[in-house]
Amino acid sequence: MNLQSVKTIYLAEMARSLRTVLQSIVSPVVSTSLYFVVFGAAIGSRISEVDGVSYGAFIVPGLIMLMLLTQSVSTASFGIFFPRFSGSIYEILSAPISYLEIVLGFVGAAATKSLILGLIVLGTARLFVPFTIQYPLVMLLFLVLTALTFSLLGFIIGIWADGFEKLQLVPLLVVTPLTFLGGTFYSIDMLPPFWQTVTLLNPVVYLVSGFRWSFYGSGDVSIWASVLMIVAFLGVSLAVVNWIFKTGYRLKP
Amino acid sequence: MTISFNHLPTTMPDDSTPEDRAAPGQSETTGSPMIQVEQLDKVFDGGFQALKNVSLEIQRGEIFALLGPNGAGKTTLISVICGLVRASSGSVKVDGHDNVADYRQARAMIGLVPQELTNEAFTTVWDTVSFSRGLFGKPKNPAHIENVLRALTLWEKRNNRLLELSGGMKRRVLIAKALAHEPKVLFLDEPTAGVDVELRREMWEVVRQLRDQGVTIILTTHYIEEAEEMADRIGVILRGELVLVEEKAALMRQLGRKELTLHLDHALDQVPAALAGHDLALTEEGHALVYTYDVARQEEGTGIAGLLADLEATGIRVKDLHTRQSSLEEIFVSLVRERA
Repeated sequence: MNLQSVKTIYLAEMARSLRTVLQSIVSPVVSTSLYFVVFGAAIGSRISEVDGVSYGAFIVPGLIMLMLLTQSVSTASFGIFFPRFSGSIYEILSAPISYLEIVLGFVGAAATKSLILGLIVLGTARLFVPFTIQYPLVMLLFLVLTALTFSLLGFIIGIWADGFEKLQLVPLLVVTPLTFLGGTFYSIDMLPPFWQTVTLLNPVVYLVSGFRWSFYGSGDVSIWASVLMIVAFLGVSLAVVNWIFKTGYRLKP
Repeated sequence: MTISFNHLPTTMPDDSTPEDRAAPGQSETTGSPMIQVEQLDKVFDGGFQALKNVSLEIQRGEIFALLGPNGAGKTTLISVICGLVRASSGSVKVDGHDNVADYRQARAMIGLVPQELTNEAFTTVWDTVSFSRGLFGKPKNPAHIENVLRALTLWEKRNNRLLELSGGMKRRVLIAKALAHEPKVLFLDEPTAGVDVELRREMWEVVRQLRDQGVTIILTTHYIEEAEEMADRIGVILRGELVLVEEKAALMRQLGRKELTLHLDHALDQVPAALAGHDLALTEEGHALVYTYDVARQEEGTGIAGLLADLEATGIRVKDLHTRQSSLEEIFVSLVRERA
Protein backbone atom coordinates (compact mmCIF):
# COMPACT_ATOMS: atom_id res chain seq x y z
CA MET A 1 0.00 0.00 0.00
CA ASN A 2 1.44 3.35 -1.07
CA LEU A 3 0.26 5.34 1.94
CA GLN A 4 2.22 8.45 0.98
CA SER A 5 0.26 8.73 -2.27
CA VAL A 6 -3.08 8.10 -0.55
CA LYS A 7 -2.24 10.75 2.03
CA THR A 8 -1.24 13.20 -0.71
CA ILE A 9 -4.55 12.84 -2.59
CA TYR A 10 -6.51 12.89 0.67
CA LEU A 11 -4.84 16.07 1.96
CA ALA A 12 -5.12 17.81 -1.41
CA GLU A 13 -8.85 17.10 -1.49
CA MET A 14 -9.29 18.25 2.09
CA ALA A 15 -7.34 21.42 1.27
CA ARG A 16 -9.71 22.03 -1.63
CA SER A 17 -12.65 21.90 0.79
CA LEU A 18 -10.90 24.36 3.07
CA ARG A 19 -10.16 26.71 0.16
CA THR A 20 -13.87 26.80 -0.56
CA VAL A 21 -15.01 26.84 3.04
CA LEU A 22 -18.05 29.05 2.36
CA GLN A 23 -19.38 26.68 -0.28
CA SER A 24 -18.20 23.50 1.40
CA ILE A 25 -19.15 24.02 5.01
CA VAL A 26 -21.00 27.24 5.69
CA SER A 27 -23.57 26.83 2.89
CA PRO A 28 -24.89 23.37 3.90
CA VAL A 29 -24.98 24.40 7.56
CA VAL A 30 -27.01 27.52 6.73
CA SER A 31 -29.44 25.66 4.48
CA THR A 32 -29.97 22.89 7.07
CA SER A 33 -30.55 25.52 9.74
CA LEU A 34 -33.24 27.06 7.51
CA TYR A 35 -34.96 23.68 7.38
CA PHE A 36 -35.02 23.61 11.17
CA VAL A 37 -36.41 27.13 11.36
CA VAL A 38 -39.14 26.53 8.74
CA PHE A 39 -40.10 22.91 9.34
CA GLY A 40 -39.04 22.48 12.94
CA ALA A 41 -40.06 25.77 14.55
CA ALA A 42 -42.70 27.35 12.27
CA ILE A 43 -44.59 24.33 10.89
CA GLY A 44 -43.52 21.89 13.61
CA SER A 45 -45.16 23.93 16.34
CA ARG A 46 -48.53 23.11 14.75
CA ILE A 47 -47.83 19.35 14.43
CA SER A 48 -48.26 17.00 17.35
CA GLU A 49 -45.61 14.44 18.24
CA VAL A 50 -44.53 11.84 15.67
CA ASP A 51 -43.53 8.38 16.98
CA GLY A 52 -43.38 9.79 20.50
CA VAL A 53 -40.98 12.70 19.80
CA SER A 54 -41.61 16.34 18.94
CA TYR A 55 -41.74 17.07 15.21
CA GLY A 56 -38.66 19.29 15.45
CA ALA A 57 -36.67 16.45 17.00
CA PHE A 58 -38.21 13.90 14.59
CA ILE A 59 -36.80 15.59 11.50
CA VAL A 60 -33.25 15.97 12.90
CA PRO A 61 -31.94 12.55 11.72
CA GLY A 62 -33.62 12.93 8.31
CA LEU A 63 -32.16 16.38 7.74
CA ILE A 64 -28.67 15.24 8.72
CA MET A 65 -29.08 12.30 6.35
CA LEU A 66 -30.28 14.63 3.55
CA MET A 67 -27.20 16.79 3.97
CA LEU A 68 -24.91 13.77 4.30
CA LEU A 69 -26.17 12.14 1.10
CA THR A 70 -26.06 15.28 -1.05
CA GLN A 71 -22.70 16.46 0.25
CA SER A 72 -21.06 13.03 -0.06
CA VAL A 73 -22.23 12.68 -3.63
CA SER A 74 -21.39 16.24 -4.73
CA THR A 75 -17.98 16.40 -3.01
CA ALA A 76 -16.78 13.05 -4.32
CA SER A 77 -18.18 13.56 -7.82
CA PHE A 78 -16.59 16.99 -8.17
CA GLY A 79 -13.33 15.73 -6.65
CA ILE A 80 -12.71 13.23 -9.44
CA PHE A 81 -14.59 15.10 -12.19
CA PHE A 82 -12.52 18.29 -11.92
CA PRO A 83 -9.14 16.64 -12.68
CA ARG A 84 -10.85 14.87 -15.60
CA PHE A 85 -12.28 18.17 -16.80
CA SER A 86 -9.00 20.09 -16.42
CA GLY A 87 -6.91 17.21 -17.78
CA SER A 88 -4.73 16.98 -14.69
CA ILE A 89 -6.01 13.42 -14.14
CA TYR A 90 -3.05 12.33 -16.32
CA GLU A 91 -0.81 12.75 -13.33
CA ILE A 92 -2.87 10.49 -11.08
CA LEU A 93 -3.27 7.81 -13.74
CA SER A 94 0.45 7.75 -14.54
CA ALA A 95 1.56 7.68 -10.89
CA PRO A 96 2.76 4.43 -9.30
CA ILE A 97 -0.46 3.95 -7.36
CA SER A 98 -3.18 1.32 -7.44
CA TYR A 99 -6.84 1.93 -8.16
CA LEU A 100 -7.65 1.15 -4.55
CA GLU A 101 -5.27 3.88 -3.41
CA ILE A 102 -6.85 6.41 -5.77
CA VAL A 103 -10.32 5.56 -4.43
CA LEU A 104 -9.13 5.68 -0.83
CA GLY A 105 -7.69 9.17 -1.34
CA PHE A 106 -10.68 10.72 -3.10
CA VAL A 107 -13.52 8.86 -1.37
CA GLY A 108 -11.82 9.04 2.01
CA ALA A 109 -11.58 12.84 1.77
CA ALA A 110 -15.19 13.24 0.57
CA ALA A 111 -16.48 10.96 3.33
CA THR A 112 -14.42 12.81 5.95
CA LYS A 113 -15.78 16.16 4.85
CA SER A 114 -19.36 14.84 4.93
CA LEU A 115 -18.82 13.33 8.37
CA ILE A 116 -17.49 16.62 9.73
CA LEU A 117 -20.46 18.42 8.18
CA GLY A 118 -22.85 15.84 9.66
CA LEU A 119 -21.45 16.44 13.12
CA ILE A 120 -21.58 20.23 12.65
CA VAL A 121 -25.22 20.04 11.55
CA LEU A 122 -25.96 17.77 14.51
CA GLY A 123 -24.53 20.43 16.82
CA THR A 124 -26.45 23.16 14.98
CA ALA A 125 -29.71 21.21 15.32
CA ARG A 126 -29.18 21.00 19.06
CA LEU A 127 -29.37 24.79 19.15
CA PHE A 128 -32.91 24.66 17.69
CA VAL A 129 -34.47 21.56 19.25
CA PRO A 130 -33.72 19.40 22.28
CA PHE A 131 -33.10 15.70 21.50
CA THR A 132 -31.17 12.74 22.82
CA ILE A 133 -29.19 10.03 21.05
CA GLN A 134 -29.98 6.61 22.50
CA TYR A 135 -27.36 4.67 20.55
CA PRO A 136 -24.46 7.05 19.73
CA LEU A 137 -22.18 4.29 18.43
CA VAL A 138 -24.87 3.04 16.05
CA MET A 139 -25.41 6.64 14.97
CA LEU A 140 -21.69 7.06 14.25
CA LEU A 141 -21.63 3.74 12.39
CA PHE A 142 -24.53 4.87 10.20
CA LEU A 143 -22.87 8.22 9.59
CA VAL A 144 -19.60 6.58 8.53
CA LEU A 145 -21.21 3.89 6.36
CA THR A 146 -23.56 6.35 4.66
CA ALA A 147 -20.83 8.92 4.04
CA LEU A 148 -18.58 6.22 2.60
CA THR A 149 -21.24 4.62 0.43
CA PHE A 150 -22.55 7.84 -1.04
CA SER A 151 -19.04 9.17 -1.56
CA LEU A 152 -18.41 6.04 -3.63
CA LEU A 153 -21.62 6.79 -5.53
CA GLY A 154 -20.36 10.34 -6.07
CA PHE A 155 -17.01 9.00 -7.31
CA ILE A 156 -18.89 6.84 -9.83
CA ILE A 157 -20.96 9.82 -10.97
CA GLY A 158 -17.80 11.95 -11.31
CA ILE A 159 -16.34 9.37 -13.68
CA TRP A 160 -19.58 8.79 -15.58
CA ALA A 161 -20.34 12.49 -16.08
CA ASP A 162 -19.03 14.06 -19.26
CA GLY A 163 -20.20 17.57 -18.38
CA PHE A 164 -21.35 19.72 -15.50
CA GLU A 165 -25.01 19.00 -16.25
CA LYS A 166 -24.64 15.28 -15.69
CA LEU A 167 -22.62 16.02 -12.58
CA GLN A 168 -25.67 17.73 -11.07
CA LEU A 169 -28.23 15.35 -12.54
CA VAL A 170 -28.08 12.53 -10.00
CA PRO A 171 -27.79 14.67 -6.84
CA LEU A 172 -30.64 16.97 -7.89
CA LEU A 173 -32.97 14.57 -9.68
CA VAL A 174 -32.35 11.33 -7.81
CA VAL A 175 -30.74 11.74 -4.40
CA THR A 176 -32.67 14.82 -3.19
CA PRO A 177 -36.15 13.58 -4.28
CA LEU A 178 -35.52 10.12 -2.83
CA THR A 179 -34.45 11.70 0.46
CA PHE A 180 -37.48 13.99 0.61
CA LEU A 181 -39.71 10.98 -0.14
CA GLY A 182 -37.70 8.74 2.17
CA GLY A 183 -39.29 9.73 5.45
CA THR A 184 -37.15 12.75 6.23
CA PHE A 185 -40.11 14.93 7.15
CA TYR A 186 -42.69 12.26 8.00
CA SER A 187 -43.15 8.74 9.28
CA ILE A 188 -44.25 6.38 6.52
CA ASP A 189 -47.05 5.28 8.88
CA MET A 190 -48.65 8.62 7.99
CA LEU A 191 -49.05 7.51 4.32
CA PRO A 192 -51.95 5.47 2.87
CA PRO A 193 -51.16 1.68 2.82
CA PHE A 194 -50.48 1.62 -0.95
CA TRP A 195 -47.93 4.42 -0.74
CA GLN A 196 -46.36 2.80 2.31
CA THR A 197 -45.60 -0.24 0.15
CA VAL A 198 -44.28 1.92 -2.71
CA THR A 199 -42.09 3.88 -0.30
CA LEU A 200 -40.39 0.66 0.82
CA LEU A 201 -38.82 0.49 -2.66
CA ASN A 202 -36.94 3.68 -1.88
CA PRO A 203 -33.53 2.71 -0.46
CA VAL A 204 -33.18 6.04 1.36
CA VAL A 205 -36.14 5.07 3.61
CA TYR A 206 -33.93 2.40 5.17
CA LEU A 207 -31.06 4.82 5.74
CA VAL A 208 -33.21 7.51 7.34
CA SER A 209 -35.09 4.92 9.40
CA GLY A 210 -31.91 3.28 10.67
CA PHE A 211 -30.35 6.61 11.50
CA ARG A 212 -33.50 7.74 13.31
CA TRP A 213 -33.52 4.43 15.23
CA SER A 214 -30.08 5.29 16.62
CA PHE A 215 -31.57 8.53 18.01
CA TYR A 216 -34.93 7.44 19.37
CA GLY A 217 -34.94 3.63 19.37
CA SER A 218 -37.70 3.39 16.76
CA GLY A 219 -37.88 3.62 12.98
CA ASP A 220 -40.10 2.92 9.99
CA VAL A 221 -38.36 -0.39 9.28
CA SER A 222 -36.31 -2.83 11.35
CA ILE A 223 -32.78 -1.68 12.21
CA TRP A 224 -31.44 -4.89 10.67
CA ALA A 225 -33.18 -4.12 7.38
CA SER A 226 -31.52 -0.70 7.48
CA VAL A 227 -28.08 -2.20 8.17
CA LEU A 228 -28.57 -4.75 5.41
CA MET A 229 -29.57 -2.04 2.94
CA ILE A 230 -26.59 0.21 3.62
CA VAL A 231 -24.16 -2.74 3.45
CA ALA A 232 -25.77 -3.90 0.17
CA PHE A 233 -25.52 -0.36 -1.23
CA LEU A 234 -21.85 -0.23 -0.21
CA GLY A 235 -21.21 -3.60 -1.88
CA VAL A 236 -22.84 -2.52 -5.16
CA SER A 237 -20.90 0.76 -5.19
CA LEU A 238 -17.61 -1.08 -4.59
CA ALA A 239 -18.42 -3.53 -7.38
CA VAL A 240 -19.13 -0.67 -9.83
CA VAL A 241 -15.90 1.15 -8.89
CA ASN A 242 -13.99 -2.10 -9.34
CA TRP A 243 -15.55 -2.53 -12.80
CA ILE A 244 -14.65 1.05 -13.74
CA PHE A 245 -10.98 0.53 -12.98
CA LYS A 246 -10.84 -2.94 -14.54
CA THR A 247 -12.29 -1.72 -17.80
CA GLY A 248 -10.74 1.75 -17.73
CA TYR A 249 -14.23 3.19 -18.31
CA ARG A 250 -13.87 6.90 -19.16
CA LEU A 251 -10.39 6.92 -17.64
CA LYS A 252 -8.09 4.84 -19.80
CA PRO A 253 -8.92 4.26 -23.45
CA MET B 1 20.01 30.85 -16.53
CA THR B 2 21.87 28.86 -13.90
CA ILE B 3 20.58 25.36 -13.48
CA SER B 4 21.40 22.93 -10.76
CA PHE B 5 19.38 19.81 -10.22
CA ASN B 6 21.42 18.51 -7.33
CA HIS B 7 18.90 15.90 -6.30
CA LEU B 8 18.42 14.29 -9.65
CA PRO B 9 20.03 10.91 -10.47
CA THR B 10 23.68 11.19 -11.33
CA THR B 11 24.03 8.33 -13.80
CA MET B 12 26.31 9.42 -16.59
CA PRO B 13 24.82 9.38 -20.05
CA ASP B 14 25.55 6.56 -22.44
CA ASP B 15 26.81 8.21 -25.61
CA SER B 16 27.17 4.99 -27.53
CA THR B 17 24.26 5.53 -29.87
CA PRO B 18 24.46 3.19 -32.83
CA GLU B 19 25.78 4.23 -36.20
CA ASP B 20 24.06 1.39 -37.94
CA ARG B 21 20.63 0.12 -37.17
CA ALA B 22 19.28 -3.39 -37.61
CA ALA B 23 15.64 -2.32 -37.86
CA PRO B 24 13.69 0.82 -37.04
CA GLY B 25 13.73 1.29 -33.29
CA GLN B 26 16.17 -1.52 -32.55
CA SER B 27 19.44 -0.40 -31.07
CA GLU B 28 22.60 -2.43 -31.20
CA THR B 29 24.21 -0.93 -28.13
CA THR B 30 25.11 -3.28 -25.35
CA GLY B 31 23.49 -3.07 -21.92
CA SER B 32 19.79 -2.95 -21.17
CA PRO B 33 17.89 -0.03 -22.67
CA MET B 34 15.98 2.37 -20.43
CA ILE B 35 12.80 1.95 -22.48
CA GLN B 36 12.01 -1.18 -24.42
CA VAL B 37 8.88 -1.23 -26.55
CA GLU B 38 8.06 -4.47 -28.35
CA GLN B 39 5.49 -5.03 -31.08
CA LEU B 40 3.09 -2.49 -29.67
CA ASP B 41 -0.36 -2.20 -31.19
CA LYS B 42 -3.15 0.11 -30.17
CA VAL B 43 -6.60 -0.07 -31.67
CA PHE B 44 -9.14 2.30 -30.12
CA ASP B 45 -12.75 1.31 -29.52
CA GLY B 46 -13.92 2.98 -32.71
CA GLY B 47 -11.55 0.73 -34.69
CA PHE B 48 -8.87 3.36 -35.35
CA GLN B 49 -5.43 1.80 -35.22
CA ALA B 50 -3.16 4.39 -33.64
CA LEU B 51 -0.05 2.22 -33.30
CA LYS B 52 1.07 -0.57 -35.61
CA ASN B 53 3.66 -3.05 -34.42
CA VAL B 54 5.92 -0.41 -32.88
CA SER B 55 9.23 -1.64 -31.50
CA LEU B 56 11.70 0.80 -30.04
CA GLU B 57 14.63 0.89 -27.67
CA ILE B 58 15.72 4.06 -25.94
CA GLN B 59 19.12 4.11 -24.34
CA ARG B 60 20.00 5.50 -20.94
CA GLY B 61 20.88 9.15 -20.89
CA GLU B 62 20.02 9.93 -24.48
CA ILE B 63 17.69 12.58 -25.87
CA PHE B 64 15.31 10.90 -28.25
CA ALA B 65 13.04 13.00 -30.45
CA LEU B 66 9.89 11.51 -31.86
CA LEU B 67 8.72 13.30 -34.96
CA GLY B 68 5.55 12.90 -36.92
CA PRO B 69 2.65 14.87 -38.34
CA ASN B 70 -0.51 15.48 -36.35
CA GLY B 71 -2.35 12.26 -35.54
CA ALA B 72 0.64 10.07 -36.38
CA GLY B 73 0.60 8.34 -32.99
CA LYS B 74 3.30 10.21 -31.04
CA THR B 75 1.14 11.05 -28.04
CA THR B 76 -0.52 7.62 -28.08
CA LEU B 77 2.89 5.96 -27.93
CA ILE B 78 3.94 8.13 -24.99
CA SER B 79 0.59 7.55 -23.29
CA VAL B 80 0.93 3.77 -23.57
CA ILE B 81 4.45 3.86 -22.13
CA CYS B 82 3.30 6.08 -19.23
CA GLY B 83 0.25 3.92 -18.50
CA LEU B 84 -2.40 6.42 -19.63
CA VAL B 85 -3.59 4.31 -22.53
CA ARG B 86 -3.83 0.53 -22.57
CA ALA B 87 -2.00 -1.32 -25.33
CA SER B 88 -4.00 -3.71 -27.49
CA SER B 89 -0.96 -5.98 -27.74
CA GLY B 90 2.78 -5.84 -27.22
CA SER B 91 4.82 -4.87 -24.22
CA VAL B 92 6.64 -1.94 -22.65
CA LYS B 93 9.50 -2.18 -20.20
CA VAL B 94 10.98 0.71 -18.26
CA ASP B 95 14.42 -0.11 -16.89
CA GLY B 96 13.47 -3.78 -17.22
CA HIS B 97 10.11 -3.43 -15.43
CA ASP B 98 6.98 -4.33 -17.36
CA ASN B 99 4.70 -1.28 -17.28
CA VAL B 100 1.61 -3.44 -16.60
CA ALA B 101 2.82 -6.27 -14.36
CA ASP B 102 5.34 -4.10 -12.45
CA TYR B 103 3.57 -0.80 -12.98
CA ARG B 104 4.69 0.69 -9.67
CA GLN B 105 8.41 0.27 -10.40
CA ALA B 106 7.99 1.28 -14.04
CA ARG B 107 5.93 4.41 -13.42
CA ALA B 108 8.05 5.54 -10.47
CA MET B 109 10.89 6.21 -12.91
CA ILE B 110 8.86 8.31 -15.33
CA GLY B 111 8.11 12.01 -15.35
CA LEU B 112 5.59 13.19 -17.92
CA VAL B 113 5.08 16.70 -19.26
CA PRO B 114 1.82 16.58 -21.22
CA GLN B 115 1.05 18.46 -24.39
CA GLU B 116 -1.91 20.37 -22.97
CA LEU B 117 -1.59 22.97 -20.22
CA THR B 118 -3.42 20.86 -17.66
CA ASN B 119 -3.29 22.51 -14.28
CA GLU B 120 -5.60 22.92 -11.33
CA ALA B 121 -6.06 26.67 -11.56
CA PHE B 122 -6.60 27.48 -7.90
CA THR B 123 -3.61 25.81 -6.27
CA THR B 124 -0.27 27.51 -5.79
CA VAL B 125 2.89 26.62 -7.68
CA TRP B 126 4.49 25.24 -4.52
CA ASP B 127 1.48 23.13 -3.58
CA THR B 128 0.98 21.61 -7.00
CA VAL B 129 4.65 20.68 -7.40
CA SER B 130 4.73 19.23 -3.86
CA PHE B 131 1.53 17.32 -4.67
CA SER B 132 3.25 15.67 -7.63
CA ARG B 133 6.11 14.49 -5.44
CA GLY B 134 3.76 13.04 -2.82
CA LEU B 135 1.61 11.39 -5.47
CA PHE B 136 4.61 9.40 -6.60
CA GLY B 137 5.09 8.16 -3.03
CA LYS B 138 8.14 10.28 -2.26
CA PRO B 139 8.54 11.85 1.20
CA LYS B 140 8.55 15.62 1.45
CA ASN B 141 11.76 17.28 0.32
CA PRO B 142 11.38 21.06 0.31
CA ALA B 143 15.02 21.49 -0.71
CA HIS B 144 14.48 19.50 -3.91
CA ILE B 145 11.26 21.35 -4.73
CA GLU B 146 13.06 24.66 -4.19
CA ASN B 147 15.90 23.49 -6.40
CA VAL B 148 13.54 22.55 -9.23
CA LEU B 149 11.58 25.80 -8.94
CA ARG B 150 14.73 27.88 -8.96
CA ALA B 151 16.11 26.01 -11.96
CA LEU B 152 12.93 26.74 -13.88
CA THR B 153 12.83 30.36 -12.65
CA LEU B 154 9.60 29.69 -10.81
CA TRP B 155 10.87 30.37 -7.32
CA GLU B 156 9.55 33.92 -7.22
CA LYS B 157 6.14 32.63 -8.29
CA ARG B 158 5.96 29.81 -5.77
CA ASN B 159 3.07 31.36 -3.84
CA ASN B 160 1.12 32.40 -6.93
CA ARG B 161 -1.96 30.51 -7.96
CA LEU B 162 -1.63 28.84 -11.34
CA LEU B 163 -4.39 30.93 -12.89
CA GLU B 164 -2.21 33.99 -12.31
CA LEU B 165 0.64 32.64 -14.45
CA SER B 166 1.38 33.18 -18.14
CA GLY B 167 1.25 30.27 -20.59
CA GLY B 168 5.03 29.92 -20.57
CA MET B 169 5.10 29.86 -16.78
CA LYS B 170 2.38 27.21 -16.71
CA ARG B 171 4.47 25.11 -19.09
CA ARG B 172 7.40 25.41 -16.68
CA VAL B 173 5.15 24.35 -13.82
CA LEU B 174 4.28 21.19 -15.72
CA ILE B 175 7.99 20.47 -16.15
CA ALA B 176 8.57 21.16 -12.44
CA LYS B 177 5.76 18.75 -11.54
CA ALA B 178 7.31 16.07 -13.74
CA LEU B 179 10.69 16.58 -12.06
CA ALA B 180 9.35 16.72 -8.52
CA HIS B 181 9.78 12.99 -7.90
CA GLU B 182 13.27 12.78 -9.40
CA PRO B 183 12.46 10.67 -12.47
CA LYS B 184 15.05 8.75 -14.46
CA VAL B 185 13.06 9.16 -17.66
CA LEU B 186 11.38 12.37 -18.74
CA PHE B 187 8.73 12.48 -21.45
CA LEU B 188 8.15 15.89 -22.97
CA ASP B 189 5.14 15.95 -25.24
CA GLU B 190 5.43 19.12 -27.32
CA PRO B 191 7.27 20.89 -24.48
CA THR B 192 7.72 24.24 -26.15
CA ALA B 193 4.41 24.53 -27.99
CA GLY B 194 3.22 28.10 -27.70
CA VAL B 195 6.21 29.48 -25.82
CA ASP B 196 8.38 32.32 -27.05
CA VAL B 197 11.82 31.88 -28.53
CA GLU B 198 13.70 32.96 -25.42
CA LEU B 199 11.80 30.61 -23.16
CA ARG B 200 12.18 27.81 -25.69
CA ARG B 201 15.94 28.19 -25.61
CA GLU B 202 15.88 28.25 -21.81
CA MET B 203 13.90 25.02 -21.80
CA TRP B 204 16.37 23.41 -24.18
CA GLU B 205 19.09 24.34 -21.73
CA VAL B 206 17.13 22.74 -18.90
CA VAL B 207 16.70 19.57 -20.94
CA ARG B 208 20.40 19.42 -21.71
CA GLN B 209 21.26 19.88 -18.05
CA LEU B 210 18.96 17.03 -17.15
CA ARG B 211 20.50 14.81 -19.79
CA ASP B 212 23.95 15.66 -18.47
CA GLN B 213 22.81 14.41 -15.09
CA GLY B 214 21.77 11.08 -16.54
CA VAL B 215 18.07 11.60 -17.17
CA THR B 216 16.80 9.93 -20.32
CA ILE B 217 14.70 12.35 -22.34
CA ILE B 218 12.04 11.52 -24.89
CA LEU B 219 10.42 14.44 -26.61
CA THR B 220 7.85 14.88 -29.29
CA THR B 221 7.83 18.10 -31.17
CA HIS B 222 6.48 19.93 -34.16
CA TYR B 223 9.51 22.17 -34.15
CA ILE B 224 12.01 20.24 -36.20
CA GLU B 225 14.54 22.84 -35.15
CA GLU B 226 14.05 21.57 -31.62
CA ALA B 227 14.92 18.01 -32.56
CA GLU B 228 17.82 19.20 -34.68
CA GLU B 229 19.11 21.29 -31.81
CA MET B 230 18.80 18.75 -29.04
CA ALA B 231 18.25 15.15 -30.05
CA ASP B 232 20.84 12.40 -30.09
CA ARG B 233 18.52 10.12 -32.04
CA ILE B 234 15.39 10.72 -33.99
CA GLY B 235 12.39 8.50 -34.64
CA VAL B 236 9.81 9.24 -37.26
CA ILE B 237 6.30 7.91 -36.81
CA LEU B 238 3.77 8.00 -39.63
CA ARG B 239 0.21 6.69 -39.40
CA GLY B 240 1.08 4.66 -36.31
CA GLU B 241 4.18 3.05 -37.78
CA LEU B 242 7.70 3.80 -36.64
CA VAL B 243 9.26 4.18 -40.06
CA LEU B 244 12.70 5.30 -39.07
CA VAL B 245 14.96 5.51 -36.04
CA GLU B 246 18.39 6.93 -36.56
CA GLU B 247 21.13 8.89 -34.91
CA LYS B 248 20.51 12.52 -35.84
CA ALA B 249 23.90 13.14 -37.40
CA ALA B 250 23.74 9.91 -39.39
CA LEU B 251 20.22 10.71 -40.55
CA MET B 252 21.32 14.07 -41.83
CA ARG B 253 24.34 12.50 -43.50
CA GLN B 254 22.28 9.77 -45.15
CA LEU B 255 19.23 11.71 -46.17
CA GLY B 256 20.53 15.25 -46.25
CA ARG B 257 21.02 17.07 -49.55
CA LYS B 258 23.59 19.76 -50.06
CA GLU B 259 23.48 22.67 -52.47
CA LEU B 260 26.50 24.46 -53.88
CA THR B 261 25.58 27.84 -55.35
CA LEU B 262 28.08 29.39 -57.72
CA HIS B 263 27.64 33.10 -58.38
CA LEU B 264 28.86 33.89 -61.88
CA ASP B 265 30.71 36.90 -63.24
CA HIS B 266 28.47 36.98 -66.32
CA ALA B 267 24.93 35.74 -66.71
CA LEU B 268 24.26 32.63 -68.82
CA ASP B 269 21.24 31.95 -71.01
CA GLN B 270 21.37 28.24 -70.38
CA VAL B 271 23.54 25.60 -68.80
CA PRO B 272 26.38 24.97 -71.26
CA ALA B 273 26.41 21.57 -72.94
CA ALA B 274 29.86 20.87 -71.48
CA LEU B 275 28.32 20.93 -68.02
CA ALA B 276 25.30 18.76 -68.88
CA GLY B 277 26.78 15.82 -67.00
CA HIS B 278 26.34 17.63 -63.68
CA ASP B 279 23.05 18.13 -61.83
CA LEU B 280 22.94 21.89 -62.37
CA ALA B 281 20.19 24.48 -62.37
CA LEU B 282 20.45 28.05 -63.53
CA THR B 283 18.97 30.61 -61.13
CA GLU B 284 18.98 34.33 -60.35
CA GLU B 285 18.32 35.19 -64.00
CA GLY B 286 21.38 33.31 -65.11
CA HIS B 287 23.73 34.76 -62.51
CA ALA B 288 23.97 31.60 -60.41
CA LEU B 289 24.44 27.91 -60.97
CA VAL B 290 23.10 25.60 -58.29
CA TYR B 291 24.62 22.16 -57.93
CA THR B 292 22.69 19.69 -55.78
CA TYR B 293 24.30 16.55 -54.40
CA ASP B 294 23.89 13.98 -51.65
CA VAL B 295 26.03 14.43 -48.57
CA ALA B 296 27.00 10.76 -48.83
CA ARG B 297 28.14 11.22 -52.47
CA GLN B 298 30.21 14.20 -51.51
CA GLU B 299 31.95 12.14 -48.84
CA GLU B 300 32.76 9.53 -51.48
CA GLY B 301 34.60 12.25 -53.36
CA THR B 302 32.39 12.63 -56.43
CA GLY B 303 30.93 15.75 -57.96
CA ILE B 304 32.44 19.04 -56.96
CA ALA B 305 36.03 18.57 -58.13
CA GLY B 306 34.86 17.48 -61.58
CA LEU B 307 32.38 20.33 -61.76
CA LEU B 308 35.02 22.92 -60.92
CA ALA B 309 37.38 21.45 -63.49
CA ASP B 310 34.67 21.58 -66.19
CA LEU B 311 33.84 25.18 -65.26
CA GLU B 312 37.50 26.08 -65.66
CA ALA B 313 37.59 24.38 -69.05
CA THR B 314 34.53 26.22 -70.32
CA GLY B 315 35.96 29.55 -69.17
CA ILE B 316 33.08 30.41 -66.87
CA ARG B 317 34.31 32.64 -64.09
CA VAL B 318 32.94 32.27 -60.58
CA LYS B 319 33.00 35.33 -58.32
CA ASP B 320 31.53 33.73 -55.18
CA LEU B 321 30.13 30.48 -53.88
CA HIS B 322 28.31 29.11 -50.86
CA THR B 323 26.93 25.77 -49.71
CA ARG B 324 23.78 24.91 -47.80
CA GLN B 325 22.80 21.58 -46.21
CA SER B 326 19.15 20.58 -46.06
CA SER B 327 17.64 20.93 -42.63
CA LEU B 328 16.03 18.18 -40.63
CA GLU B 329 12.71 19.78 -41.49
CA GLU B 330 13.35 19.30 -45.19
CA ILE B 331 14.42 15.71 -44.55
CA PHE B 332 11.27 15.11 -42.55
CA VAL B 333 8.99 16.65 -45.18
CA SER B 334 10.68 14.60 -47.87
CA LEU B 335 10.20 11.42 -45.82
CA VAL B 336 6.54 12.14 -45.26
CA ARG B 337 5.99 12.81 -48.97
CA GLU B 338 7.82 9.65 -49.97
CA ARG B 339 5.59 7.51 -47.80
CA ALA B 340 2.33 9.34 -48.44
